[in-house]
This record gives sequence, structure tokens and C-alpha cells, in this order.
Amino acid sequence: MINKKVNSVQEALQGIEDNMTIMLGGFGLCGIPENSIAELVKKETTGLTCISNNAGVDDFGLGLLLQKRQIKKMISSYVGENAEFERQMLSGELDVELTPQGTLAEKCRAAQAGIPAFFTPAGYGTEIAEGKESREFNGKMHIMELAYKADFSIVKAWKGDEAGNLIFKGTARNFNACMAGAAKITIAEVEELVPVGLLDPNQIHIPGIMVQRIFKGEKFEKRIEQRTVRKR
Amino acid sequence: MLGKEEIAKRIAKEVKDKYFVNLGIGIPTLVANYVRTDISVEFQSENGVLGMGPFPFEGEEDADVINAGKQTITTLPGASFFDSAFSFGMIRSQKVDLTILGAMEVAENGDIANWKIPGKMVKGMGGAMDLVASAENIIVAMMHVNKAGESKILKRCTLPLTGVGCVKKVVTELAVLEITPKGFQLLERAPGVSVEHIIASTEADLIIEGEIPEMVID
Repeated sequence: MINKKVNSVQEALQGIEDNMTIMLGGFGLCGIPENSIAELVKKETTGLTCISNNAGVDDFGLGLLLQKRQIKKMISSYVGENAEFERQMLSGELDVELTPQGTLAEKCRAAQAGIPAFFTPAGYGTEIAEGKESREFNGKMHIMELAYKADFSIVKAWKGDEAGNLIFKGTARNFNACMAGAAKITIAEVEELVPVGLLDPNQIHIPGIMVQRIFKGEKFEKRIEQRTVRKR
Repeated sequence: MLGKEEIAKRIAKEVKDKYFVNLGIGIPTLVANYVRTDISVEFQSENGVLGMGPFPFEGEEDADVINAGKQTITTLPGASFFDSAFSFGMIRSQKVDLTILGAMEVAENGDIANWKIPGKMVKGMGGAMDLVASAENIIVAMMHVNKAGESKILKRCTLPLTGVGCVKKVVTELAVLEITPKGFQLLERAPGVSVEHIIASTEADLIIEGEIPEMVID
């Protein structure tokens, strides 16, 4: 077994420097690597390009990095819940690359799978297609999209072992499973970190080869963005 | 004139037995409440769940189980979770039978715009571009006119497009419209709403053949 365990978030985030490109898992606030984001705020790393489906809310998730102007460019599909994001984007302070969600996921998966580019129909005929190669397959137009290139990928899992094997819970799997192994170095923060042998190999979602560093997050707030309930 | 719940009720009639359905944010989400209970339907949410159930009971919310609108949900027996790349894989490969989503504008050529008002509002397209580019059957749930009273049913979209030539049907507070190769055909009108009212509220030309029946809600 090759041990990937590190003892702190500080150790896990070593090597993340100004102006790097970082992938961050999560959908909305669900399954975001909140301990790593808090540490990035503390580290005051700036000029970051962040690939993340959303940009958090004003006071949680990536919103915290936006507040401190640590992000130079965001690559996302939906940023509707973050007023500060919208303000920085409309005023031109923040560079934004809006990408269809399925394309964003596949650009991560392509990087993870060693595929340099792929064709998708999403965005054909819209401004997303401008400057991109287009081709017809089976009578339908597609545009070419490239795999992402990132320095670090930071994902959050429910359980992990010291070999870096990961198991996700519910819809927190989202982009975390697509981003693991999609950058030069993948950091996994987990709610529960166990010694090898305790996770059933049949249940592993992401094998440890995709993860270089794994640590147990100190605390998970797991904030709910839209608490919707029904009466008993 | 229909309310949002009634638009959802009318669209629910389009959901057929053995359909996999993706519901967008807003009125489309309400459709799930009105689907016939004697048919088998599974709801997909593009963040990565198939077999969505109703909202959880108070106190049983799970931060790790949400829909694409970031709302807490439950799952039904037979449900599954998957990652977002896999989720859009099933959308692109047309395993999902019906997509219901909202729009800011729809045009008579089937174009749809719903993600951006240049210089004013930029929320992003989320999964809408992927969904409309791949789904075979797309129904739009929207208000017929905007807050300024202007028609959102147009000859050509004026806002940045989400997808081209993809919308099949539109249900508004006034009417049910089908998009044919010749443009919008008026199929049904809301109870108490006249054909003249619909024509006056619509910028696009309407194809009107014979007597236009009232929608049946419930």
C-alpha cells in the first residue's frame, strides 16, 4: 500500500501558489472541500483560476475567496446564488468563463481519463461555440471542447482510506468524482479517514491511484443552500 | 389565465408512463406534484440522482442529498446516485425522455434563451445548454409576457441563445403552443382566455386551425 495520508490541511495544501489553476469539487454547497477553502483563505493565495461548477454563496464556499479577491478567474456553469460574484463579473474585476455544466463535467473527466478533447452538441449555435471547431456527426452539429489542465484538484469525499480510495455519499459525489485525478496533484478531504482494509473494494468510487494526498477534515458545516421540507 | 401551479398541472399531462424526466428550476419543479399516480415515472436531476422523491419531512433534511435547484430532497426505492459527468452522459445519450425547463424567450424556430441578459443579469446556463442540445422532447414552462407586458414568444430570440431549434412545446399562463416547421401552432387556450387575447399577447405569428379548445386542468 502506498500511503497518501497527510496530517493536516496545511500539509495537504503545500505547493499551492499564487496564479495557479485549481479544480474544486462540489455542486452548490453540496460536497465542497470546505476545510481546504478555509485554509486557502488563511494562506491568502491570490490570482487563482478556479474550476468549480458554482462559486459558493456570499459568505460560504468559494464566496469566501471571492470576498478576499483571491480569485482572478472563475470557470463555472452557474453563479446565480452569489451577489458578490455577479458584481465583480459585471464590473470586469473578475474574469469569468461560463461553461455548460455537462461540458464542464466532461472537461474534467477527459483530463482524468487522458483524453485531450471531445465533441459535444451542447452550446452549438450559441456564443459558447464562438472560436471553437465544429463538426457534424450523425447529422447533428457538435463543438470541440478541450480537457482542463489544472495544477491541483481538491475534492471532498465521505469516507477514504490511507491508500486514497474514496467513497462519496448521495449527490455530494457530483464533480468530486470527475475531478479526482484530473489535475497534476489531487487532494482529498474526507469526513472519515480509515486505515487500509476497512473499506470494501467493491464499494470504492475512486481508486487511490487518482489521489496524492488525503486528510481528515477538522470540521464540516455542510451548510444547506435551499432547505425545502414538507409537513408531516 | 393560469397560475404557476396550474401551468405545472397542465404540463404534468405530458408526462407519460415509463418516462425518465428532467425538471428544471421554478415551475418545472412543481410538475412532479401533479403527475398521475397510476403511471411509472422516474425523475432525474442533473447533479447526479435518478429516482427523486418529495421534499424531506422537517428535521430529516440531508445536506448531501439535493436536486439541481440545491433544494433538499429524498429518494424513492430504486433510486441511484452518480457523478455529474455520468449524469450528463445519460442526458447526451438520450436516456432521458422529457426535459421541462423555464425560459426568458422562445422563438418560432424552436430557439430558446434563458441564461443571460447582457450587462444586467448573468447567472449562467447551468445544465440547460446540455439538456436542450440533446433532449428529444423539450417542453418550456414560462410566462407568456414579461413584467413590462412584452411578449416572450417571439419570431426570433433577442437574448443570447441557450440552444437552437430544440423546443417542441410551450405552456404559458395563456396557452399551449406547439412548435411546428411553420412556426407556433396554438393548440389550447387557458380557461376564460380568448384567442384574440393570445394573439395580442404574442409577438410571433400563430397558426390557428379551427376551434381552439380550452385546456383541461385536473
